[in-house]
Amino acid sequence: MKRNIPQEIEPLKALQEFTSARIAIGRVGTSIPLKQSLEFKLAHAHARDAVYSELNSGKLTNSLKHFEQPILHLHSQVTDRRQYLQRPDLGRKLNKASLNELNGYSIESDVAIMIVDGLSATAVNENTIGLLDALIPLLVADGLKLAPISLVEQGRVAIGDDIGYGLKAKLSLILIGERPGLSAADSLGAYLTYNPKPGLTDESRNCVSNIRPKGLTYKKAAKKIFYLINEAFKRKLSGVELKDNAGLIES
Amino acid sequence: MYRHNIHHRVYKFPNLKTLLGKASPYRSGDELAGLCAVGYEERVAAQITLADVPLKNFLNEAVIPYEDDEITRLIIDDHDKAAFSHIGHLTVGELRDWLLSDETDCAILTTIAPGLTPEMVAAVSKLMRNQDLIAMANKCQVVTRFRNTIGLKGHFSTRLQPNHPTDDPRGVAASIIDGLLFGSGDAVIGINPATDSPAAVSSLLTLMDDLRHRFDIPTQTCVLSHITTTLQLVNEGAPVDLCFQSIAGTEKANASFGVNLSLIEEAYQATLSLKRGTVGNNVMYFETGQGSALSANANFGVDQQTCEVRAYAVARKFNPLLVNTVVGFIGPEYLYDGKQIIRAALEDHFCGKLLGLPMGVDVCYTNHAEADQDDMDNLLTLLGVAGCNFVMGIPGSDDIMLNYQSTSFHDALYLRKVLGLKPAPEFEGWLIKQGIVDDKGYMLPVREHGLLRGF
Repeated sequence: MKRNIPQEIEPLKALQEFTSARIAIGRVGTSIPLKQSLEFKLAHAHARDAVYSELNSGKLTNSLKHFEQPILHLHSQVTDRRQYLQRPDLGRKLNKASLNELNGYSIESDVAIMIVDGLSATAVNENTIGLLDALIPLLVADGLKLAPISLVEQGRVAIGDDIGYGLKAKLSLILIGERPGLSAADSLGAYLTYNPKPGLTDESRNCVSNIRPKGLTYKKAAKKIFYLINEAFKRKLSGVELKDNAGLIES
Repeated sequence: MYRHNIHHRVYKFPNLKTLLGKASPYRSGDELAGLCAVGYEERVAAQITLADVPLKNFLNEAVIPYEDDEITRLIIDDHDKAAFSHIGHLTVGELRDWLLSDETDCAILTTIAPGLTPEMVAAVSKLMRNQDLIAMANKCQVVTRFRNTIGLKGHFSTRLQPNHPTDDPRGVAASIIDGLLFGSGDAVIGINPATDSPAAVSSLLTLMDDLRHRFDIPTQTCVLSHITTTLQLVNEGAPVDLCFQSIAGTEKANASFGVNLSLIEEAYQATLSLKRGTVGNNVMYFETGQGSALSANANFGVDQQTCEVRAYAVARKFNPLLVNTVVGFIGPEYLYDGKQIIRAALEDHFCGKLLGLPMGVDVCYTNHAEADQDDMDNLLTLLGVAGCNFVMGIPGSDDIMLNYQSTSFHDALYLRKVLGLKPAPEFEGWLIKQGIVDDKGYMLPVREHGLLRGF
């Protein structure tokens, strides 16, 4: 939708070059002109739909086949979206059936990849495969052993601690839908945790954010994640300390 | 032990802390914390019980022990017994009726404010409907000054919030100019920086200070960096008007923000010593919000609204220019929907005002909350009626740095128009002189304004 700029604010229009903020949108009386108002509503609608979107397990499972890894279907203790939004504690824990599935898993591995819906399953449905296509070959070429790939419904970031621990993986990599904004409803986030175990907090993780074609591209994201994984293995840690000691990471 | 019978059912509440939690109007954060009433009847039973609690009890029963928490110590040690003597014979319920009576006016409220503790104020708010919260807040007038006068009856101010994801100076300046030409920015021009590095913060401060000088704007500027960064910049001679900090209602929650009372005191004194104010010297800007203590795992079984009001005890110690409750930013696990956000905002505004604070509200929501622009319109209008000192002004409601929605420049114009409110008087004079509004407050068409020529 093209912004309709009423004549009188023409002089202000030049400022739009410097920011993506909604400046110089004009006014009718004291109100926002209809076009801009509907534009805003549409962006909010995309964000709302993304919050209530669901993991497309069938399609993802199918697309994951060519990585030739076993696939686990797991679920948090959350029963529905309304509860998910109000009880983050339940979204961080696996339900009984999922715990049983991991119980007795005895093969050790290096990296456990988990695909989690988070606050935007849309982001996961659209961007996970593209990212993994770029990332998994790097991991395999490096000789890292992969655990089964988990597809997790109604999950929060910390659920990766339980899963990584259950899968006896040295590092867990969580790919999760980020909270949708008005400018993007499909941002994927990647969180990695060395030596995952229940009870860790955010300071033991590193995050690569805004992964999507119009944000951080798959190739760049994969490179960044691969770099972080290598550093984590080298120094046997992840989180705040990894960030502080390696100036390259943020670039 | 507090108790009440309804029909044949006995409701027991072991202590004041539990009673306050159970008497709170429902919100998701109290449920998450396991503190709310299990049903409607228990909630009303708790409210009926709370109504009969003498205010004196609050001085003898701390919700967080005196020995464990410096905010409890602040509340108890700074309590003004002379001011309390006017209301010391009342129960919580009697206080509610007394507050609402026609005889209780702004002057009386100002007199008793130092005699009220946050917990008393939180308690009385739990017995009030939204209408009571609005009617009461409307009686309180809290006026503060730095380069202009904020909070006068019939006036309504805005913080111009020109955030940019990378702090790009031209991006920030573009939003400031857009806002000024919409009449925004009399409470403060305040940037949430993307990075807390002193050099970056300093360059934003200089940018705003230059602009303010060049156009002789009677307002104040602020970069909302951590208080330690601001303190460092004050000592280095950067143009710091206001010292900002987020605060919460328990010592442990404040520790998670990296602050304590003595650090705030140090920064307060340092900022005061700059003497940059022209019409007054209120130099502090605080932000708060229900749920922050719980999210820091530092609520000690105290409900989120009572924790919030305890943060106001911290704020009032430092004579702030602005206190802003960022009500809907925290997310649906604390305030689930528009109804809860609206209720919480009206509570915070009322409780802050009653304690003598210059309250503003960030009327806002995130995309995972059950809320939208209609809810914000409702809340903004209610706050206007309640006499709120200021709200945010953000281009098109969309903060592209913090990724949430707040009030737009247009929203403030709407409220001023429908309620007949004016900006801070000094700022209004400037807007007229600059040809941005006419002498009746109506917006004039934007022409080739001097503000645009810097680009």
